[in-house]
Amino acid sequence: MTYDASFRVWRGDPAGGDLVDFTVAVNEGEVVLDIIHRLQATQAPDLAVRWNCKAGKCGSCSAEVNGRPRLLCMTRMSIFTEGETVTVTPLRAFPVVRDLVTDVSFNYAKAREVPAFAPPALAPGDYRMAQVDVERSQEFRKCIECFLCQDVCHVVRDHEDSKPAFSGPRYLMRIAELDMHPLDQADRRGVARTEHGLGMCNITKCCTEVCPEHIGITDNALIPLKERVADRTYDPVVWLAQTIRRRNRPRG
Amino acid sequence: MTDLEHHDYDVVVIGAGGAGLRAAIEAREHGLRTAIVCKSLFGKAHTVMAEGGIAASMGNVNSRDSWQVHFRDTLRGGKFLNNPRMAELHAKEAPERVWELETYGALFDRTADGRISQRNFGGHEYPRLAHVGDRTGLELIRTLQQKIVSLQQEDLRDLGDLDARLKVFAELTITDLPRGDGRVAGAFGYWRESGRFVLFRAPAVILATGGIGKSFKVTSNSWEYTGDGHALALRTGAGLINMEFVQFHPTGMIWPPSVKGILVTESVRGDGGVLRNAEGSRFMFDYVPEVFRGQYADSEGEADRWYDDPENNLRPPELLPRDEVARAINTEVKEGRGTPHGGVFLDVSTRLPAEEIRRRLPSMHHQFKELADVDITAEPMEVGPTCHYVMGGVEVDPETAATSVPGLFAAGEVAGGMHGSNRLGGNSLSDLLVFGRRAGAGAAAYVEGLGAQRPDVAEADVSAAAEVALAPFATDEGENPYSLHQELQQTMNDLVGIIRREGEIKDALSRLSTYRERLQHLSVEGHRQFNPGWHLALDLRNMLLVSECVARAALERRESRGGHTREDFPDMDPTWRGTNLVCRLEDPVDPSAPVTLTHQPVPTVRRDLLELFDPKELGKYLTPDELAVLDDGPAAPDPDRPEEDHA
Repeated sequence: MTYDASFRVWRGDPAGGDLVDFTVAVNEGEVVLDIIHRLQATQAPDLAVRWNCKAGKCGSCSAEVNGRPRLLCMTRMSIFTEGETVTVTPLRAFPVVRDLVTDVSFNYAKAREVPAFAPPALAPGDYRMAQVDVERSQEFRKCIECFLCQDVCHVVRDHEDSKPAFSGPRYLMRIAELDMHPLDQADRRGVARTEHGLGMCNITKCCTEVCPEHIGITDNALIPLKERVADRTYDPVVWLAQTIRRRNRPRG
Repeated sequence: MTDLEHHDYDVVVIGAGGAGLRAAIEAREHGLRTAIVCKSLFGKAHTVMAEGGIAASMGNVNSRDSWQVHFRDTLRGGKFLNNPRMAELHAKEAPERVWELETYGALFDRTADGRISQRNFGGHEYPRLAHVGDRTGLELIRTLQQKIVSLQQEDLRDLGDLDARLKVFAELTITDLPRGDGRVAGAFGYWRESGRFVLFRAPAVILATGGIGKSFKVTSNSWEYTGDGHALALRTGAGLINMEFVQFHPTGMIWPPSVKGILVTESVRGDGGVLRNAEGSRFMFDYVPEVFRGQYADSEGEADRWYDDPENNLRPPELLPRDEVARAINTEVKEGRGTPHGGVFLDVSTRLPAEEIRRRLPSMHHQFKELADVDITAEPMEVGPTCHYVMGGVEVDPETAATSVPGLFAAGEVAGGMHGSNRLGGNSLSDLLVFGRRAGAGAAAYVEGLGAQRPDVAEADVSAAAEVALAPFATDEGENPYSLHQELQQTMNDLVGIIRREGEIKDALSRLSTYRERLQHLSVEGHRQFNPGWHLALDLRNMLLVSECVARAALERRESRGGHTREDFPDMDPTWRGTNLVCRLEDPVDPSAPVTLTHQPVPTVRRDLLELFDPKELGKYLTPDELAVLDDGPAAPDPDRPEEDHA
């Protein structure tokens, strides 16, 4: 079952780099990360790649395989034909550190901008929630933060200048998750639009397509959040009430 | 040194798993400036791999549960080698630690009346594990990570800087803990990305580095588990206890070869899954050991009735502690009743409806589908033992998590004592929270007690640490670190693995001494920027030292107990029950100094705690002398209860 595969791996650093060709053995049942590890052990000991659990649970080994954002540990070699060249490149939306490793600090910065869970005035141990109510947010908490959705989202990927105003699908989903938390005390609809760029998402569903956890990012998080924001912003009664409140505010 | 980056903190926490993050939260809440240093990106720690749940006797599913029952189960699981005070504090405090997570935003699965749901697990008498499907570890890490963000947002509001009191240094490896006046004075390491050196000056360091599994070939552990904290503690002068006890989880994936070792959660069995050999027999009924007779069912009928009627039936033997199940699987395979790929069948497909399996075990369903083309709702899984957890670790004070070195603390898997010779499933996540918090508080009290008297880092120590770190670049002629690592993994797997023999352990020790020699002559290609070959060369130094401790202690302990099975001494021996083996470095400063091994008594179990057991059961573990204390004098009071309660 062993065969020799053709691999092209991007090697380089912020100054530049190139695809490098390798011929490398592949065994039954292996995934792309196994092959990258074989290259490290036999041909390129300083080939940089991030990985941790090798079981699709930590979201470290994100990269692009034949141009598609994927987890290297969950991409089985059996999806390619033996004659096919497998090209592995770093995530395109983030700056390269070295080889397959990118600087994903954009995501951590965005994570810190989402206002934290606002707990209710209940003693620890007194929280009561129904399973059916926690399930909506639980779906989003399956997120392993691989950032593939951030990488594929065209607002992040193709518009560098949008990055400051747009948190990306992962963190808009985090806002939706808190918004749907049965006991969260904050109203998150305003900041979702004004601070995190919810309006820039035009629901092309690319994020949902690449999610290795199969989370319904667009349908279950982003669209419902957009609807709730729209209700708040464009509801005629709310609009009228806010306008009157603004008019009555003392000037000065 | 010119390219050295400096930072000053009150506390440096090494490791960003459950224990490290909980410790950091506690230290920061005591007002201390705290740094969290981790080898991976923030939020990727091995804790995310924990699947089953957090053990805590909240009694939400069975109100008979209590900390006393949890304590009793923990000692049974550890075969009475546990530090009893740690097991007691753990059982008492676990519920508070779980409830606290809800105030941080965690969303556990619920009971019908809206409380936190609890599931059955091996060795736990009642349903006890708080869980989120089979991804509880991810929920724990994300919750703590998000709590840290919330504390940082408070600091931004109050002090104008997100990082004012709590900062994460991700992808940074600590290689040395410099000391001053016999106390910890800081931590030295390198940025993985740039290779640049960093010195943290800090009077307190908390080790929360996890385990050692990467020294074994078949393991559920990630690359980070290279025994860094164990080795740092040894090199700082602290002792490691119980290093012979390594847990082989009974159910790892075995096929295809590239996924061999990846964990299959015990929840599969807790929720009704059964083990069968290639002949179709539920073999676990043949493996209930003497100490657990009368606690487990001896027929399939009774075992199956237990799921619906636990009051009137005994639990199935698939839910014995992990050491028992792993040994049983090993024996079945060795005696020729294994599956085509050398394991046994774990079947939940004939036990639960497909929809229920997908709901309760979503990540197992996903994992087998994606990696092995197996649909667990329709066919059995093939599983076998995998190196999963080290019970041994740094010897600590149960109350404060302090080690014998002033300023050095340890919590979580890197600490020893809590789990004795074998850890129960679910007791790890609760351990992280209980002792992570205690380590944070312990470090805070220590730092406050120091006042302005902070130890200094000597320039010479920093230069020496840098020299050690750069050694692999000194020669081009040396050996590739990957090949040495593969040899080490094979040796530990084959010779100091699940079943051990004197001759093989001696063989392993002689190989380890040649590896130590070869370690001095490694060379790495390329430069210091994100260079995995270099990183591995430095991690190997820790793996070799820790492997030697495992082998030395395994050779010394001439009995079988928990995660240490000697084919030549197959029985548990009450005279060994009272002994902890302690590993130290003869001369912590000399890298080639030998590991020394000493015997030390296990702390005695307080009489009020012993009285939680039936004397007949105690007789299976303790010597007649130890049992005699039950007959004389009044019991010492529980130190955690107010005086008036004892009336």
